Amino acid sequence: MKLVINKSTKKNQMKNLYQILIGLLVMPFIAHSQTAIKAEIIYTVSGAAIKNGVVLIKDGKIERVGTAKEIDIPKNYTVVTSKVVTPGFIDARSVVGLSGALNIPTDQDQLEKSSPIQPELRAIDAYNPEEKLVAYVREFGVTTMHTGHGIGALVSGQTMVVKTKSGKIDEVTLVPMEMLAMTIGASVEGNFTSPGTKAKQIAMIRTEFLKAQAYLQKQNDKDTAKRPAIDLKYEALSKLLKGEVKALITVNSSNDIMNAIRLAKEFNFKLVIDGAAEAYRLIDEIKACKAEVILHSTMSRNAGDMINMTRESAAILTAANIQVSIETGFEGYVPKTHVLLFEAALAVTYGLPYEEGLKSITLNPAKLLGIDKRVGSIEKGKDADLVLFDGDPFEYLTKVSKVMIDGQWVSKN
Amino acid sequence: MKKFLFLFIGLIICANLSAQDKPVAFKGALIYPITSQPIQNGIVIVQNGKIIAVGDASLKIPSDAVITDAKGKVIMPGIVDTHSHLGGPEGGDYSAALNPDARAFDAINPTSDGFKKALAGGLTTLNIMPGSGHLMSGQTVYVKMREAKVMEDLIILNEKGLFGGMKMANGTNPMRGTGGFPATRAKSAAMDRDLFTKAKEYKNKIDKAAKDSSKLPERDLRLEPLVEVLEGKRVVHFHTHKENDILTAIRLIKEFGFRAVLHHVSEGWKVSNEIAKSGVPCSIIVIESPGGKLEAMDYSSTNGAALSNAGVLTGFHTDDGVTDSRLLIRAAAMSVRAGMDKEKALEALTINGAKMLDLSSRIGSLEKGKDADFIILSGDPFSLYTKVEQTWVEGKKRYDITNPADKAFLVGGFKVYSSQREEYMNHEDEIGN
Repeated sequence: MKLVINKSTKKNQMKNLYQILIGLLVMPFIAHSQTAIKAEIIYTVSGAAIKNGVVLIKDGKIERVGTAKEIDIPKNYTVVTSKVVTPGFIDARSVVGLSGALNIPTDQDQLEKSSPIQPELRAIDAYNPEEKLVAYVREFGVTTMHTGHGIGALVSGQTMVVKTKSGKIDEVTLVPMEMLAMTIGASVEGNFTSPGTKAKQIAMIRTEFLKAQAYLQKQNDKDTAKRPAIDLKYEALSKLLKGEVKALITVNSSNDIMNAIRLAKEFNFKLVIDGAAEAYRLIDEIKACKAEVILHSTMSRNAGDMINMTRESAAILTAANIQVSIETGFEGYVPKTHVLLFEAALAVTYGLPYEEGLKSITLNPAKLLGIDKRVGSIEKGKDADLVLFDGDPFEYLTKVSKVMIDGQWVSKN
Repeated sequence: MKKFLFLFIGLIICANLSAQDKPVAFKGALIYPITSQPIQNGIVIVQNGKIIAVGDASLKIPSDAVITDAKGKVIMPGIVDTHSHLGGPEGGDYSAALNPDARAFDAINPTSDGFKKALAGGLTTLNIMPGSGHLMSGQTVYVKMREAKVMEDLIILNEKGLFGGMKMANGTNPMRGTGGFPATRAKSAAMDRDLFTKAKEYKNKIDKAAKDSSKLPERDLRLEPLVEVLEGKRVVHFHTHKENDILTAIRLIKEFGFRAVLHHVSEGWKVSNEIAKSGVPCSIIVIESPGGKLEAMDYSSTNGAALSNAGVLTGFHTDDGVTDSRLLIRAAAMSVRAGMDKEKALEALTINGAKMLDLSSRIGSLEKGKDADFIILSGDPFSLYTKVEQTWVEGKKRYDITNPADKAFLVGGFKVYSSQREEYMNHEDEIGN
């Protein structure tokens, strides 16, 4: 909505005039979109829950939050009442929007199998904001999603952070390049003729990272003539080596988690351990290397690389002061995606404290993704991304009654 | 064939007779007998693997009974999973599209730790099916979650004297297009009809030889189980998703006059009245999201409500590993969330499944004389926070959440599950469209 004042050419004057006119037309609607939500319980997540609270929303942002006694609702605000309000949920890791519900080649863009290491693949070139599953997860309260390239390649590509609203890609994108998605594990061997072994997987990653190191060094050469030609692959890997983006490595077995930790140490990059089925066995090691953790869906199956998963992982890691963000991750068949809310709910029944359950799908992933200034809690100045419930959000029979993104109602109801 | 069956009956009776034990009474729970009204502060008494009495607080407890205080708990019948792949069942091997001769019975590992997972979910009876991918992938097995060493320990004979049904599938699932498999829906139905026509002729020959056994046709392992199907003894479990495929299945069922249960039935809500009119029951799956394959795009969690409201006998299944045996009660809860009547959802977990397997005279409700298959819950069956605390099969406590060795199969953990590879493989098989 910012009006950019350009040089005073006639064309630009006209353009400015239009922008002002559009602005004037839109303003009354924005005024109308000022909303007050009264609720029996507001889980701010950043602070204590507020009983009989009010959230004021203005221009897409949270204007105020507090008790009904503290806050007088201005007359021109539309008042909506709800039993429970939570921040919009943030899926710490998904492929929704790249991997579609149809599950046919034309809607599967999460994994390019032409080569096992392709960090240059950008998520923004593939994400489909109008995908059916985006709307589906939005109805269950997911307002922000870390999505992008999937599991199953050593480096499958880049990830991004989006708001789950409908719209043009630029309008829904929060972070165009969030992390580099990597996988070490059995799934990689199923997708490529080589690597065919664990040892080869690590050897191939190390080889490319060494090349990236050399590339980065040459790029920094004072003599511009000695700098190598731009290589998109190594440009992307350089961002990792420079610490500009994190590595999101999907690893589940203990030895694969250790492989990821060793790589992070050797190449000094920021590590996010994703999946992390056996992370509960390696708490000291994970803490020592300061890796962050995104935990697999609680309903995952005890099978394959995840044979030793426990539904108590979120509780165990949280108790050990490792901050947990729960993900829906990737599903290859039916169902095509999990529902984030239900995964956190199940974790709560396996020992994760209630408020930590809410944090695992709000503030924790916001921090992990570096977007906590915008989203992840109900605080003044943050984006008005909210979910309204007719009861305990986690309970089976409770329904999501409304979802708001950037101050606009986006749910069917 | 018949001798074989009697042998099984003998084995099962022996097992029951050996369990001469004291009556066990559970006192103070909210009891859902299913076939009658819920009982507040009720009593269930079991002995020798059977329920001997169910009633309110006034029920007289035998003086020698072992009394368990179940105050604040909920007791309901053990859950019937009408479609599972636990234990590594196999059927057809893709050498042919129709494999009525293949028996899951011959492949299942009776000591699979998958069954511990089922117990943790409160499941006491399963219909274990061969994977799909075929028009007819083979014979299914009805099992109880008993302690087992061999398959004979697990199976349960139903009212028709059989311990399984026949698995069929239509839609894209069997449409492989090569190696004798159909590539179209019309060809799929034609191949089914061709086989059933042959089975009918075979049955006619057997019927004609009733008075003169020398005229009996040669034994045919492919046609024998289909004769049982045509006689209404062996139930066909028919995997089907889309509206048109559902109606095709019903058309075949009517044409050949066999008994069947429709499975998955993703688009059942679109044709719930037609299904109701046909009288064919539905065993449905509850999944987290639509899609994943084209046939499941219009899946809706309102299926349970739509079908049961239309008057269809509706049950639930896990299709484990597609969904998890520990979460079948949750499937019912999610259906209630989407509008299904609570009472109907409880019936769908228990008695309706029992009816689909011709086992309702033995299981599916808490009634005097029925098998002592029941679960003790910590609270409301439809609450997230409720846990299955105990699972009893034929009067034996098979799962107790306070026993760490049992609880491990609920929670998971390091080296808890060992023989899941077979189930995983089966899931992969199942997902091959």
